[in-house]
Amino acid sequence: MIAQQETRATPLLSMRGIVKRFGSFTANDDISLDIHEGEAHALIGENGAGKSTLVKIIYGLLEPTEGEILFRGKPMRLNGPQEARAQGVGMVFQHFSLFDNLTVAENIALVLPGDAPISALRGRILEVAERYRMPLDPDREVWSLSAGERQRIEIARCLLQDPRLIILDEPTSVLTPQEAFALFETLDRLKAEGRALLYISHKLEEVRRLCETATILRLGRKVGSCDPRQESSRSLAALMVGSAINDIQAPSTRAFGGERLTLDNLSLPSQEIHGVDLDGVSLRLRGGEVFGIAGVAGNGQSELFEAVSGERLAESNYTILLDGVSVGLRDITARRGLGAAFVPEERNGHAAAGDFSLTENLILSRHAGAGLTSRGLINFDKARALAQEVIKTFDVRKAGPDPAARTLSGGNLQKFVVGREILSEPKVLVINQPTWGVDAAAAATIRQALVDLAARGASVLLISQDLDELFETCDRIAVMHEGRLSDPRDARNVTREEIGLLMTGDGHGESAHAH
Amino acid sequence: MTSEIFQLVLMTVVTAATPLILAAIGELVTERAGVLNLGVEGMMIMGAALAFAGAYLTGSTTLGAICGMLAGVAMAALFGLLTIGFAINQVAAGLALTIFGTGLSGLLGAGFVGLKRDRPGHVHIPGLSDLPYVGQLFFGEDIFVYIAFGLVAGAAWFLSRSRTGLALRATGDNHQSAHALGLPVRRTRFLAALFGGACAGLAGAYLTLAYTPFWSPGMTAGRGWIALALVVFASWKPWRVVLGALLFGGATMLQLHAQAASIGLPGQLLSAVPYLATIVALVLLSSGARKNATAPAALGQAFIAPR
Amino acid sequence: MRIDLEPRLNRSLALDLGAPIVALAGAILIGGIVIWLLGKSPALAFQVYFINPLLEGWSLQELAVKACPLVLIAVGLSFCYRANLWNIGAEGQFILGGVLGGWLGILTHDEAYQGVIGGWWILPTMLALGVIGGAIYALIPALLRVWLGASEILTSLMLVYVAELGLDWLVRGPFKDPDGFNFPQSVVFDDIARLPFLAEGERLHAGVLLALIVALIGAFVLARTLFGFEVRLAGEAPRAARFAGFDDRKLTLMVFAISGGLAGLAGIVEVAGQIGQLTPKISPGYGFTAIIVAFLGRLSPIGILVAALVLALTYIGGEAAQVELSLNSDMTRAFQGVLLMCVLIADTATRYRVRLNFGAAR
Repeated sequence: MIAQQETRATPLLSMRGIVKRFGSFTANDDISLDIHEGEAHALIGENGAGKSTLVKIIYGLLEPTEGEILFRGKPMRLNGPQEARAQGVGMVFQHFSLFDNLTVAENIALVLPGDAPISALRGRILEVAERYRMPLDPDREVWSLSAGERQRIEIARCLLQDPRLIILDEPTSVLTPQEAFALFETLDRLKAEGRALLYISHKLEEVRRLCETATILRLGRKVGSCDPRQESSRSLAALMVGSAINDIQAPSTRAFGGERLTLDNLSLPSQEIHGVDLDGVSLRLRGGEVFGIAGVAGNGQSELFEAVSGERLAESNYTILLDGVSVGLRDITARRGLGAAFVPEERNGHAAAGDFSLTENLILSRHAGAGLTSRGLINFDKARALAQEVIKTFDVRKAGPDPAARTLSGGNLQKFVVGREILSEPKVLVINQPTWGVDAAAAATIRQALVDLAARGASVLLISQDLDELFETCDRIAVMHEGRLSDPRDARNVTREEIGLLMTGDGHGESAHAH
Repeated sequence: MTSEIFQLVLMTVVTAATPLILAAIGELVTERAGVLNLGVEGMMIMGAALAFAGAYLTGSTTLGAICGMLAGVAMAALFGLLTIGFAINQVAAGLALTIFGTGLSGLLGAGFVGLKRDRPGHVHIPGLSDLPYVGQLFFGEDIFVYIAFGLVAGAAWFLSRSRTGLALRATGDNHQSAHALGLPVRRTRFLAALFGGACAGLAGAYLTLAYTPFWSPGMTAGRGWIALALVVFASWKPWRVVLGALLFGGATMLQLHAQAASIGLPGQLLSAVPYLATIVALVLLSSGARKNATAPAALGQAFIAPR
Repeated sequence: MRIDLEPRLNRSLALDLGAPIVALAGAILIGGIVIWLLGKSPALAFQVYFINPLLEGWSLQELAVKACPLVLIAVGLSFCYRANLWNIGAEGQFILGGVLGGWLGILTHDEAYQGVIGGWWILPTMLALGVIGGAIYALIPALLRVWLGASEILTSLMLVYVAELGLDWLVRGPFKDPDGFNFPQSVVFDDIARLPFLAEGERLHAGVLLALIVALIGAFVLARTLFGFEVRLAGEAPRAARFAGFDDRKLTLMVFAISGGLAGLAGIVEVAGQIGQLTPKISPGYGFTAIIVAFLGRLSPIGILVAALVLALTYIGGEAAQVELSLNSDMTRAFQGVLLMCVLIADTATRYRVRLNFGAAR
């Protein structure tokens, strides 16, 4: 106990009164925290709480407006990430800072000082991979690797510089439960070596499993710190959000109607360079049902969305049926005409155009219906009224009567996009990663709206990486892996581990035998 | 004897290909860093005008070539300021650069129209240059030809083997990741653009100092644009630029010889051959190369540092 | 030095209107410095370029006549550029329009035709042929892009050189006036094949009216129709356009046909209006200048009306400057280049807060 007190005396990293302003916006407001050798320190908070800004400051990507950082007791001023790495700070990025068209070894060489030939680096990479049990092939190009393998590159790249502090930004968001388990074993090993971890996550269970200390941020301020092992996930969530979030109100009785959306052995080669081919995807979705598709990103979910929505046409008309009508060769406008609606994954530039006003963004997906156009002319008055209705119904917060979409926060824009589709009362709604990067309150609103829509008799096809979300909203769940869809499981009778196994591709063969 | 004529014809092909190689290899490196500089024509013609002016005033071909390169660099710096500094659309900025360069070169070169200089001498290596059939072709070209081939070899080595070249390719592949790792995205791009400008300026210098050798307004006649097409043709691989440029050089020479021999086709049609060949090359390469696209993934996208 | 850009949350109308004016002022300033460096008087040059042409009736009319092709081409280009498609070969489409329309003018020069079927149809047909010629020529790069993925930027530009050489061949060959003392030019069209003047003995021809109408229609289409919405959306967010159900291949063909057709119309208007015959050079670079007009007009047809007058001024002023200041036409071209750069920088300033960070690395 006394020994621990002594090491606690000089923290490895100490942030004192850090403030970061962008123009008039304050992203970090007077934040202080200490991280000690061998400690796993969690940084938790909602989207927009200022977590990324804070770690970018530690990693030298941003300069603080005010405040100071002490590293091993000495002031640290960083002029870029190279200097952070030289001091012993490493970072594993959430969305990976990797280069698809370079090999693993080249990706790692980029951040190492010196000009040693790549061939000399291979041995060191293999050595680190061996020591931490993270298999890596230095000569593979990154685009051909899975999310889990990509993360290993990031971690190996970090470790080759022997860092004292490793920042991990939402490291499990793209991993299967099994991969996450393997990651935790590696992290435990790093902790045992005396390295400090700064662990950013909104998955509170993970934080409780790994970390001894947690700093909680809300709206750019530090609102508390605690030992997460002493807290429940629920109390942590309350600290993070600042108010209680309502649970989803599911209807008490479920009556499923007839088949509304059918995919019958849908196969479609990808057009993208490193894309995934859809391979014999089949599903039957009844009215009143929320059907979830789980899977690690990049396993064909975007391709499936494109094919079901009609952004890309199928190869045969009979592989996709809407309410019994074959639509495989009919475009997205025709499918909307038959009562389908769609929400793609990316808000900016796909579901909405940033520089367009909300009214124009309403026209974007609904121009063919609702009497918005006649003889090629747009009825702007009507569009404006409909947009205001969406804004009101879904409580979209914005500045000005009809601002450009890009001025809205992620959560509010997502509410607008989802509301735009739901207010057309679709018979089938296909929605991809609906709450990605959205604050908890908006996410709850959106999930509730999906469940309510299904309760009114519509079919909802929900593609999501977030297992919590799927278990919370879905009646059945299937898993997408390398362009193939598993048989669906009843959401109440399946465990996360089973779904996790399917996400790695392990469960597919066996499930085919079961039916 | 006919073999000797054949060698002379091949040498004219190399001469026609050299400015294209120079301009294209510079643009290739620029594009590998993610910058699409459509102003090659403008940089090239500024290089041509100032190289001639410099050489005429100093009497030195070397100083003239340096003037041409500096002119290209200055134009590229302007382009860098617009597209890398102000994040302006690269297509529009490239057009502006070409329009500006065409006008300014005419203005600055006005006093030099109609003047002539001697061509620089050819390399002579006793023994080697006198070899029958191939001696002149391989060992008796003018110095610019060897510089052009040297630049291609250097660029090929730099891009595939050096650590800086790796960082440059990474910047062209994904500028957000490069920035997150602390690679200097904008500096890398700016320097790559300057290199492209120097090469385009040298290409222009070759035209006025060795190819024609005189200055006349608008004399680049679209070669800058053809160089841009060559980069696509080469799938962003240095040595393929040489292959493409020699093919174009061959087409140009064939067309000139056909005109001289008056084979009955209108001269204007023959003059159009290089431009039509460019279109054909673009079409063939674009449709064939789409499967394993080799264009840098971030090509033409402005980089603005995220918060 | 480093330039930092921060996106503006809200864009104001004042900024949108002010930007091109500031850009013009900046370009004039730079041009003045260049002229001063060349040892001439910047004040006199300003007078010659920008004031004198506005003082006399004939030159005001000349201004409108020069602006006419610029408006026609630039309105078409604004559709392309809004959709983020880069037709830079309007010069070639202009020539094709002039040639195809002019061909009918040459053909009907023989009075026998008019004796048989009358002459009233000739001019409208010439105009239609001009539109068709330009549109077809523009569809070549569009189709190569849609079918084969070839860059429309390079192909459309290469076709300019081909069109120039083709016109040169025609007026020295098949279209040459047999009684023209071997000059490379066609016959002068009959009056019936020429655009009427708006007033007797004046320079304003009906093409000016046409340009005005085209700009107004263009503005209406962009702002109020679903097609205009599609064009704007495709340029702003191509994936969103696909999500909206718009076919990008069809759109590519449409906007190229529109811009080519309008460039072709400009070509035949110039040939049947100003020139009255085919010559080896029927355009002083209108197709390229119109690119600047389009950007100076902020890709809005109404803005283009004003911008075209500004650029027309540089042509007329440039002609005067050749005489009065012995500055050759390259000065005009260089100035146009500077102007385009200034416009583009000003455009960035409307979208971002620009901050110069001295002392920082690039």
